[in-house]
Amino acid sequence: MPKPSSNKTEKPIDELTYEEALSELEGIVSALEGEASRNKLEDSIKLFERGQALAERCSALLEAAELKVKQVAGDVLIPFEEESE
Amino acid sequence: MQPTLFSTQQWTVSRLTFYIRKLLEENESLQDVWVQGEISNLSRPASGHVYFTLKDSAAALKCVIWKTSAARLGVALQDGMEVEVHGRIGIYEVSGQYQLYADQVRPLGEGALYQEFLRLKSMLEAEGLFAPERKRPIPVFPQRIGIVTSATGAALHDMLNTLRRRLPLVEIILAPSPVQGIEAPPALVNAIQSLVLQSPDVILLARGGGSMEDLWAFNDERVVRAVAMSEVPVICGVGHETDFTLCDFAADLRAPTPTAAAELATQITLLDLSAELQSYRNRLTSSTLSLLTEHKTVLSSLISELRYASPQRGIQSERQRVDELARRAHSSLAYRVQLQSTHVNGLQKRLAALSPLAVLARGYAVVTRKDDGSVVSRVAQASGTMNVRVSDGEFKVKKS
Repeated sequence: MPKPSSNKTEKPIDELTYEEALSELEGIVSALEGEASRNKLEDSIKLFERGQALAERCSALLEAAELKVKQVAGDVLIPFEEESE
Repeated sequence: MQPTLFSTQQWTVSRLTFYIRKLLEENESLQDVWVQGEISNLSRPASGHVYFTLKDSAAALKCVIWKTSAARLGVALQDGMEVEVHGRIGIYEVSGQYQLYADQVRPLGEGALYQEFLRLKSMLEAEGLFAPERKRPIPVFPQRIGIVTSATGAALHDMLNTLRRRLPLVEIILAPSPVQGIEAPPALVNAIQSLVLQSPDVILLARGGGSMEDLWAFNDERVVRAVAMSEVPVICGVGHETDFTLCDFAADLRAPTPTAAAELATQITLLDLSAELQSYRNRLTSSTLSLLTEHKTVLSSLISELRYASPQRGIQSERQRVDELARRAHSSLAYRVQLQSTHVNGLQKRLAALSPLAVLARGYAVVTRKDDGSVVSRVAQASGTMNVRVSDGEFKVKKS
């Protein structure tokens, strides 16, 4: 069983993208679900706390999400200003 | 010329009209015609049927489109519009009017375009460009969506609104391009290619509704090939539900409208993500709780094992044993003391009974020889000075 450790990810939680945070959360949930009580309680608690922080990050990202629109200009991307109605 | 008073054949208006109607309806070429002209006197009464006159510089033709055909028309008719109308010639007996019962209308020039469309379609089809096995799956949860359309059209506005509503997490890369006119095809090709360089997960190729001529850039061979060759899956949403372009066939997925293309590109929406996140939260909590419960169970069973194995238990039982031994030792000692004291009492009594003093008290005396201290119990033993002991003391006597 792959065991995600809380210090594997080097990025701080508030720099994770939604996908990164969600996939780590997913790993933690399945680790906790597959874990037997013989594992260190302290480790489980740490995983749980990390999981909660990741869930918070995801939900903050969902709430704050704003469509980013860029425009191709030659080889680079520039911000695209939508015409207001 | 004078008309003959009695003609050889008598007609009623009805019979004559019916006769003419039969003549027209039996003429196959009049039953399947495309007529070109300009729409005038357009009228749409509440019945839903459409009436107009098709005219050119020299003649006019009454036209009717029944309600059911009118609903399927796909073209907004207007007075002054140059069109080609398909239908059959018939007679409206009530007014003796011959007219065209129309079922299809297309803007002038589309006939030739349609022929070209069919030619290109069969050519590219034969090349395998539209083959189902070429179609790639559309990513379910894209992070970057490319859009090729006009920067100013309603299509872009509709798509951005749809994407914003459904999945605002996504990043949009727009490659603006004219979508009609002679410059459109090369610009569309260029837009698709420059978008591919930005590696979006999917490309939306879109344009709002218009006539077949307006949408023609999306039937251009160069554009169709660019769509087919794109390294990124393409969703094509051009025109309305009824419009089909060759790009639709070449794309990995056809959407009926630009808005639908945006919807098909976002199969997972914000709502789905929230629900998924909530389920992870629940699983996180419940799995941790059950782990805690498990730990607790293990802990309490360890505690009871520990209690069982504790030296305290042994100490207590040893202590009890010591108490028991002490109690037993104590009681046995006391018994023996009592036993001994009883014995001593008996001995004392027996001793007292045997004491020679008691005999002396009764008047007897003990006589011992002074020389060797031996007891004189027979006359022959008496000699010299002897000691006589009586109950309260002794005195000496001499054998005379």
